[in-house]
Amino acid sequence: MTIAEWLAQALQDAERRGLPELGPLLEALAKSTEALRAADWNLDLSGELPEAPPGHAR
Amino acid sequence: MRADDARPAPRDGTAGTLAELSRALRDRTLTSEAATEQCLARIAERDGAINAFITVLADDARAAARTADQEMAAGRYRGPLHGVPISLKDLIDLRGTPTTAASRVRRAHVAARDAVVSARLRAEGAVFIGKTNLHEFALGTTNEDSAYGPVHHPLDPDRSPGGSSGGSAAAVLAGMCYASIGSDTGGSIRIPSAACGLVGLKPAFGEVPVDGVVPLSTTLDHVGPLCRSVEDAAILHRVLAGVSGPAPAAPRELRGLRLGIPRAYFFDLLDPEIEARFDEACRRLEQAGAILEDARIPHAADAPTIYSHIALPEAAAWHARTLERQPEDYTLNVRLRLETARYILGEDYVRAMRGRDVLIREVNAALHGRDGLLLPTLPVPATRLGAATVAVGASEEPVRAITLRLTQPFNITGHPAITLPCGRTSAGLPAGAQLVGMRTLDLLAVAAAIEPVLDPS
Repeated sequence: MTIAEWLAQALQDAERRGLPELGPLLEALAKSTEALRAADWNLDLSGELPEAPPGHAR
Repeated sequence: MRADDARPAPRDGTAGTLAELSRALRDRTLTSEAATEQCLARIAERDGAINAFITVLADDARAAARTADQEMAAGRYRGPLHGVPISLKDLIDLRGTPTTAASRVRRAHVAARDAVVSARLRAEGAVFIGKTNLHEFALGTTNEDSAYGPVHHPLDPDRSPGGSSGGSAAAVLAGMCYASIGSDTGGSIRIPSAACGLVGLKPAFGEVPVDGVVPLSTTLDHVGPLCRSVEDAAILHRVLAGVSGPAPAAPRELRGLRLGIPRAYFFDLLDPEIEARFDEACRRLEQAGAILEDARIPHAADAPTIYSHIALPEAAAWHARTLERQPEDYTLNVRLRLETARYILGEDYVRAMRGRDVLIREVNAALHGRDGLLLPTLPVPATRLGAATVAVGASEEPVRAITLRLTQPFNITGHPAITLPCGRTSAGLPAGAQLVGMRTLDLLAVAAAIEPVLDPS
């Protein structure tokens, strides 16, 4: 789920639950999640596999 | 009120620090009953304006103090906390008393048993004088969202003492007790300690049991003391952590101490006076022979997002049922924050936990070959009650984000961290410096060495 999709669904659900005040908080959280997913340590499986952390033998 | 007026005056029979009181009690130059009465008198005199306490245990405290005096007179000395009046943040269970967490959600609760830390303190003869106010469920840094009303800073009633252990810090600063036990999930011991000019210790993660303490985030919660000196913190830490064996290590020799200063990220948003006090302290440390050098935590700027994506969903898991059954019993801001947390996806929590591993490795690397990392604790002086933002230099920053900024990285990594007084602003508001280390006992020995230099007043 992209962040835009997640935010749209969360805003819609908050509205449905009678919590429209969550809007600004959810928008701030979306920006924070965007930063989390963009972090350069956040590797995925589209390229080289990440090294296992020390002590985590695979 | 001037800062000097906040502590009990020595002439009224109460010593300045917990350690000084402890020596007076041991030497029988002062009784626990007298020290306890002095604290109760302070509460009666000042707590109507400060609102530091949710529950005052006057009768229980008097009885415990009398027992302590009788035991010490009979030669049954339990240790340095024997007969010392302290308080507990009101999310720590004390058998037979309410644990409200400053919330209407828990208004009917009475603890059936002591938290592990309460039991350890009780066994050492500590006198519990009361339970202190906090930001509801420890989910905030100003103490404004409490079912029992906001806590006011003892030096300026229009300001917050910081939070979430704000009642604890205000009570210690105002002389209502000699120390308080708080909790720290993103800075909740260190932030109010810095705002109130106290010493506040967040021990290493897992070192002090959290059983019987209302949880916020299982990965980030810590329990520790707010007090008036590093010596006090060492005494309390020994008991809280159940450390046995020889007495705490003597302070390290200041000359030759090697301290890393992590400037990137940590110095990007600082009130100019806070930065000035810190830089002045660094110059004094160098003059005294300490070696200060640049340190790097390359992904420190990721700490706020990592923190949010761990702390919030873990808190939401604890609160989901009561949010559904009794949402009106939460203060609005805390309820909304918890409801927002329920939308965080599991995959983003996993990403944040990966980020935690990265930060742990980076802080370990920054500490390698050094005796500690030194940085400001709180980027701004105590903030005004009711303010959503605060000026930091030329910019306006959200109060919550700016107050957590320098402390939350070390909740994520679990390293022990202690805040020490580091001078005052021109308005007389305290500044704090934070020391981070690998092991709490080593950290305390370094903190004891730098304490007199950081705040020569």
